[in-house]
Amino acid sequence: MLHVANLTASIGGTPILRGLDLDVGAGEVHAIMGPNGSGKSTFAHALAGRDGYEIDGAATLDGVDLLDMEPEARAAAGVFVGFQYPVEIPGVNNMYFLRTALNSVRRARGETEIGARDFLAVAQEAMDLVEMKKDFLHRAVNAGFSGGEKKRNEILQMAVMQPRLAVLDETDSGLDIDALRIVASGVNALRSPERSMIVITHYQRLLEYIKPDFVHVLVDGRIVNSGDHTLALHLEDHGYADFVNHELDAPERPLSGAAT
Amino acid sequence: MSETAREIEELAAASYEYGFSTDLDTDIAPPGLTEDTVRLISGKKNEPEWLLDWRLSAFEAWQSMKEPDWAKLEIAPIDYQGLSYWAAPKQKPVLESMDDVDPEIRDMFDKLGIPLHEQKMFSNVAIDAIVDSVSVTTTFKATLAEAGVIFCSFSEAVRDHPELVREHLGSVVPVRDNFFAALNSAVFSDGSFCYIPAGVRCPMELSTYFRINSQNTGQFERTLIVAEDDSHVSYLEGCTAPQRDENQLHAAVVELVAKDRAEIKYSTVQNWYPGDENGVGGIYNFVTKRGRAHTDAKISWTQVETGSAITWKYPSVILQGDRAVGEFYSVALSSKRQQADTGTKMIHIGADTTSSIISKGISAGRGQNTYRGLVKVLRSAENARNYTQCDSLLLGSDCGAHTIPYIEVKNPSAQVEHEASTSTVGEDQLYYCRQRGMTEEDAMSMIVNGFCREVFDELPMEFAVEAQRLLSVSLEGSVG
Repeated sequence: MLHVANLTASIGGTPILRGLDLDVGAGEVHAIMGPNGSGKSTFAHALAGRDGYEIDGAATLDGVDLLDMEPEARAAAGVFVGFQYPVEIPGVNNMYFLRTALNSVRRARGETEIGARDFLAVAQEAMDLVEMKKDFLHRAVNAGFSGGEKKRNEILQMAVMQPRLAVLDETDSGLDIDALRIVASGVNALRSPERSMIVITHYQRLLEYIKPDFVHVLVDGRIVNSGDHTLALHLEDHGYADFVNHELDAPERPLSGAAT
Repeated sequence: MSETAREIEELAAASYEYGFSTDLDTDIAPPGLTEDTVRLISGKKNEPEWLLDWRLSAFEAWQSMKEPDWAKLEIAPIDYQGLSYWAAPKQKPVLESMDDVDPEIRDMFDKLGIPLHEQKMFSNVAIDAIVDSVSVTTTFKATLAEAGVIFCSFSEAVRDHPELVREHLGSVVPVRDNFFAALNSAVFSDGSFCYIPAGVRCPMELSTYFRINSQNTGQFERTLIVAEDDSHVSYLEGCTAPQRDENQLHAAVVELVAKDRAEIKYSTVQNWYPGDENGVGGIYNFVTKRGRAHTDAKISWTQVETGSAITWKYPSVILQGDRAVGEFYSVALSSKRQQADTGTKMIHIGADTTSSIISKGISAGRGQNTYRGLVKVLRSAENARNYTQCDSLLLGSDCGAHTIPYIEVKNPSAQVEHEASTSTVGEDQLYYCRQRGMTEEDAMSMIVNGFCREVFDELPMEFAVEAQRLLSVSLEGSVG
């Protein structure tokens, strides 16, 4: 479903992604782990189409080239990014934001827009998933939200948008154990054979709740190792030192990142 | 959106069923302003002697006054002798159908979502008599009359209620108040008059939409609202259509009198022609708006200013009585080459008076936006309080935002707070919205509307919807 080949990204000439290869099949959940600065968030932004990067290589979703598309077109194609630092939009009602978002992609796909009343039902279902109180919809987008509320709001948005591909960028960071459980159960409820997910994380902890089908280790802008969920456990015990050293020892060694 | 569109349609339909009449007086005085011009205007309107004398005293004052030059505005010199002062009931050719209307204007109407009925009225197309407008007008007038509310044109008020007009005219904005107020006092053409008797809560929002001839009041409008003890009124002014007026100069005066425990809420949405990208054309809008709030009275100004090439406007409240309350909520947008120097004055005289000021300035294109506000606490104003919040939003790098607060406190018990912020629409905010599928323009309009939320919340619902849409249209092309 998602096919990424030799993807490179740099900012102002400084390379961050140095040839990333990854294939994610329908219904699969892939975890990407790696030390700080390895390019995890850049990968998410490269898929979403954030300005400011020089991008090369290939990234297709269902055979459609993402890299030439505007961010909103990628969203319409089914790409969703759960951000590490969701921004605040003061004065904009959360419900209005959600409905505008959903109707924007529906319009782009040539589907009919959803009216306020029908949308309420959609939103309610999504709210239950992340155990949100109703007043949440009437607050401004992320304004004055706690860290946990912001992350739950990202999952709520994912539930409303029903994306083809969800990339969750450090959704676990800054969450206490209860919030982590809520976020993870929300994500698990949204797993489906038609949806692929990429879960970016620092810690194995999240993966105890969200069992990935594959785990990849990203170091210096490349995937240096791939395996099943036991790889995450290995990382938990040994850190990234093995892979970082390995990379330094044999920088020219061709690496196969694709797991499938 | 379809729901809001329907709402507007219903509201507009309701408004325009009240019909309108056309002033058939086609007299146009030769250019120039002399004592004779003032006499001519007063004579044309069959005004009583006292009003003519009042106009003449204003004219005399005006002659010795100079245009204010303290505002942060660059204004080409205005030739006051080159203007005609009795062109007020302007005659536009009545068009046969919407097909005759300038396509650019029609396009603008469509963007604003203004229903056809309303479009026709703004475009001066003869409205077919679909509704029995006479009976509707009668119903509307009857409802107000039953409550004892007087709502009519200024000229009618002078004719039918001279004692009320004479008592209050110039009581809040004296003829010598400032250059433009003096000019208005000398040559004002028409305007609105409202009178709410003691203890009456006005049964409907009063709007310039309702009032007959409001589209023809011309360059020098005069509005007077008197709310007697314990009364309440909400007044809406303005329109959200582009008025391509060749008259460059607009100098209006609005006076509000809120007697003990009365409340006046005055809302304005202004979208006159702002001129083009090069600063050609557009309205020069010099407005003096002021209210006097007596004991326990409340005056609230809400304005959304997106039009005009020049905006010079400081709706103010004199907090005369004890515990009087003054409020000012403002959104001012300057794009293209627009310049706005706007704000408020809160003059605390009574004890325990409170005022709050929420100002949102948006600058785009090469627009210049200045907030200028005065909070003055006199010695008599024991325990006065003011809260001021000025937020500026910059879109692009060729525009400017300026905040100039004046605070004068003569009583040490006063509490005056001032907060100001300047921000830009962040790349990360736009990116976030676009990742959720919104186009850059939709995202921008949503973020800017969010920035203005606190002010829009103060507007009556139908106005808030129009204001949002107006802001979006005004911002088109400001992205990227």
